[in-house]
Amino acid sequence: MKKLSDNIMDSSKLNKTDKPVIEIKNLKKSFGNQNVLKDISFNLYNGENLVILGKSGTGKSVLIKCIVGLLNADGGTISVLEKNVSSFNRNEWNLLRQKVGFLFQSGALYDSMTVRQNLEFPLRRIKKTLNEKEIEEKVKEVLENVGLIEALFKMPSQLSGGMRKRISLARSIILDPMIMLYDEPTTGLDPITSDEISCLINEVQKKYKTSSIIITHDIKCAKHTANRIIMIKDGEVYKEGKIKDFENSTDPEIKSFFN
Amino acid sequence: MKTRTFAKDHAIKLTEKTIAKTQDANYFFISIADVWLFIWTFLRETFSGEFEFQEFTRQCFQIGYKTLPLISITGTIMGLVLTIQSRPVLVDFGAVTMLPGMVAVSIIREMGPVITALICAGKIGSGMGAELGSMKVTEQIDAMEVSSTNPIKFLIVTRVLAATLMLPLLILYADALGIFGSWIGANIKGDVKLVLFFSQAFSHVDFVDFLPAFIKSFFFGGVIGLVGCYKGYNAGRGTESVGIAANSAVVMSSLLVIVVDMIVVQITDMLIS
Repeated sequence: MKKLSDNIMDSSKLNKTDKPVIEIKNLKKSFGNQNVLKDISFNLYNGENLVILGKSGTGKSVLIKCIVGLLNADGGTISVLEKNVSSFNRNEWNLLRQKVGFLFQSGALYDSMTVRQNLEFPLRRIKKTLNEKEIEEKVKEVLENVGLIEALFKMPSQLSGGMRKRISLARSIILDPMIMLYDEPTTGLDPITSDEISCLINEVQKKYKTSSIIITHDIKCAKHTANRIIMIKDGEVYKEGKIKDFENSTDPEIKSFFN
Repeated sequence: MKTRTFAKDHAIKLTEKTIAKTQDANYFFISIADVWLFIWTFLRETFSGEFEFQEFTRQCFQIGYKTLPLISITGTIMGLVLTIQSRPVLVDFGAVTMLPGMVAVSIIREMGPVITALICAGKIGSGMGAELGSMKVTEQIDAMEVSSTNPIKFLIVTRVLAATLMLPLLILYADALGIFGSWIGANIKGDVKLVLFFSQAFSHVDFVDFLPAFIKSFFFGGVIGLVGCYKGYNAGRGTESVGIAANSAVVMSSLLVIVVDMIVVQITDMLIS
């Protein structure tokens, strides 16, 4: 297996003077009396892997669900690809979502469909001009990219947890997204499969030139994939920096994560 | 002093009770609003944009074809038991020749539609509740939304319309098998030819017996589809909520089938008389 750290795109190559692909300012979200996100602000730049760290229940998943409109923010602004999404209607969301891939924590493969049908689903609905041969080629291409070409006709119930994640990743990249959002990509997987997924995240970044937000509390995954890290605590950005800044930090809160 | 403390305690208890009652009332009205919003969204999505025809036909197959074995057994037994139970009474009154007509009218007007709808509420309603509930729990509905697919259009509209269309067909099929079962029942202690039995049965059935039952079967289908989808689509986040969604879909749709039946019977009775 390739050394994972070799695979990460060099963060010095990233151009931070570019306009950010995602710009979040003073984001607020609460459920009833519970303020999950109090004041979150950060940018995601072109071509970078941004890891968002934090304990369970700190609102990491809520944050990326707000970015794709699965949840509505209570306050603040979210701009994706230079468009403010707060006033989007369904058609505008649909157009934006074609450029954003989302890997769900559970994989979220459609149980009633085979792997092939799962992969064809977004293609058939969005790229309606593609013919059968082009669809088949695209499906095979993404399956080869995640190393699961043999699973083409299997049902999701016949796949292991790691295979489900990889198929789900294949479905997320089938529309050639510009932005990838990963919701705890390595949760519930063994260390070897977790490494494989981390490797795939880096390969997707390189091959598809994506900008990614990776939500995780798996430090190994964060080390392997991050160009930059943001730590969330109590609904606010607690610390932002490179992996070395976090590793060398004397803050007990950060040390408890990294040691 | 004592009186004041008592009054203060009592006032606090009263306030807590009032708050709790107000909250209950709030939840009740929110639920009602939620149901109406769901129905409105369903209607809006049904008549706007592209129709998911492929998914609709798949649902028709799932709801219609896959329920046939269950309906076949239930329909046949329904007619058979009705005949066996009522035959001795009709013999006592010397009206055994009325048996085919009586069975046909009871099955077509009431028993066929209601029993078939209740069976379908169990099978289809729980199936929809559990399927959509588990899709919600495993984030499949979110994944659909992220794939630029409208889940209401793809999952709800197709299922509700398929149930609305398939229920009347299943009920007609159950009615036919019920009369066939009645013929089997009549032949246990007698000897009646099938053609004679059916011609006698249908000679007692008028259009006014058939039409209200046929119309109400569309409502039964719609109610079962809507309740099953509503419960599944609005399931909570845990796995436990899938069971709750399936269970409440069956209970609520069965109850509503009976309520709709009562309303339709009242209306048709007023119109016909």
